[in-house]
Amino acid sequence: MARWLPVTPAVVLLVLFLAGPIGYCVWIAFTDTQLTGASGSSFVGLDNFRRAFGDDDFRNAVVLTLVFTFLSSIVGQNTLGLALAGLMRAASRPVRTVAGAVVITSWVLPEIVAAFLLYAFFRREGTLNVILDWLHLPSQNWLFTLPILAVSFANVWRGTAFSMLIYSAALSEIPQDIKEAAEVDGASGPRRLWHVTLPMIRRSIGTNLMLNTLSTLSVFGLIWAMTRGGPGNRSQTLPVFMYDQAFVNSLIGYGTAVALLLLLVGALFSVVYLRLMKVEV
Amino acid sequence: MATRRTRARLAADGALLLVAASFALPLLWLLFASVDSEANLRVRPPTSPTLDNFDAVLTDEITFTPMLNSLLLCGGATLLTVVCAALAAYPLSRHRSRFNRPFLLTILFTTCLPITAIMVPVYGLFVRVDLIDTMHGTALFLATSQLPFAIWLMKNFMDGVPKVLEEAAWTDGASMTQTLLRVVLPIMGPGVGVVTIYTFIMLWGNFFVPFMLLLSPEQLPASVSIFTFFGNYGSVIYGQLAAFSILYSTPVLLLYILISRRLGGGFALGGAVKG
Repeated sequence: MARWLPVTPAVVLLVLFLAGPIGYCVWIAFTDTQLTGASGSSFVGLDNFRRAFGDDDFRNAVVLTLVFTFLSSIVGQNTLGLALAGLMRAASRPVRTVAGAVVITSWVLPEIVAAFLLYAFFRREGTLNVILDWLHLPSQNWLFTLPILAVSFANVWRGTAFSMLIYSAALSEIPQDIKEAAEVDGASGPRRLWHVTLPMIRRSIGTNLMLNTLSTLSVFGLIWAMTRGGPGNRSQTLPVFMYDQAFVNSLIGYGTAVALLLLLVGALFSVVYLRLMKVEV
Repeated sequence: MATRRTRARLAADGALLLVAASFALPLLWLLFASVDSEANLRVRPPTSPTLDNFDAVLTDEITFTPMLNSLLLCGGATLLTVVCAALAAYPLSRHRSRFNRPFLLTILFTTCLPITAIMVPVYGLFVRVDLIDTMHGTALFLATSQLPFAIWLMKNFMDGVPKVLEEAAWTDGASMTQTLLRVVLPIMGPGVGVVTIYTFIMLWGNFFVPFMLLLSPEQLPASVSIFTFFGNYGSVIYGQLAAFSILYSTPVLLLYILISRRLGGGFALGGAVKG
């Protein structure tokens, strides 16, 4: 038993600060705890959840979260990451180095700095509109007209490097002779991609999609700093909605119920992921 | 054949440069604005480059205190994470047991959970146990949030250390702690380095946790103070904000360059989660 003693500090921390809050989360979600006033909190059963599903703002947040996750993580980061990894293998060395450095820098920058940079980029008087003007295309106040699209692009800018790195590693593991054999057989580029490359890296695709999806589900700082969920509630994803309910409206119980739903979605994804990947430990 | 190859390479180069340019625009704005005394929100090379913006933000209140707070907060949390992760990874890597698999699966599972979701109950908990607005409380939570992934990475690196050397130490009568400290950790030094730096980078950029758990302005780390900078000083001086962003980002960029070779080669992060 003594040999397991070293695990104790980690387990204590994880129980106190991770399992504990999750348990607490489950409890508060069934109460009407509020931030202000008498601190009495009573058990209200499924009220918070019933309220959530009947709340237009909650449904709006769910839809926006799905749009945000689908656009930025599944379509954006994943596809662009794969494309970049593929292009890197075909490109010349200096171009590869420069492109890699730029994309990875966007990823390593702290979240709030990234948010600030993209806020500047998408503002009415920002860089994007300058470029559109220059190309004689109509400019817009992006953060006002299409806020969810702007934050999705911001998330692509920030998160693509991760996919690129995972796919670069995966592509470099494909044996050269398989590709050459397909080439000799006369398979065209797209066919080689579809029938040879993609099946061979499917495990990496699964891993990457899963991790991207989960990290995108919990994005808060980026959206908060760029739009604060607004204008109105047009970029209010679930984490922002949860924060607003709990701390702006002081409805801790309700906010926590939303958090619990978010955790459940995350847990569901994790379970599917662990099963699909058949992780060996 | 050769010309087709060349053409393919040129096409790839062109496409990559285009993507790189669009990724670079916001970064370029940051660089230009930081040395432009009249910076606005669009990319443009400064007419007369100046370091005034840096001069203006290099004060105790704006830069030094928040950066020091970040260093204390993230440094403390990183230290705690790495020590706990190394200790926890050792038996997991060395001893076969029926507890290993469930434990590691739980760890991996926790790695995936959105930490954002538990911040509301954590806030409630911290208020109740009087840890709210304390540096040590925040550092403890930050450390825990990175712990699952750190254990996972650490175990992967530890698995790469051959057992023979430890067995030699054991026959010489070394205890388990001695073996870990004197034999295993020194051999996997670069691995420990990667875990340490990666943890630090993740914590340095973390906004939401200190944003929720720290309240008094003099305790805020740079990730949060930059945000109050944004809103509270009336009209935003973009040049100064850009200069501060650069100062705040530099440590993690440098640290990333330090470990990029190891992360990029086999891509330990990808490898770690590939199973």
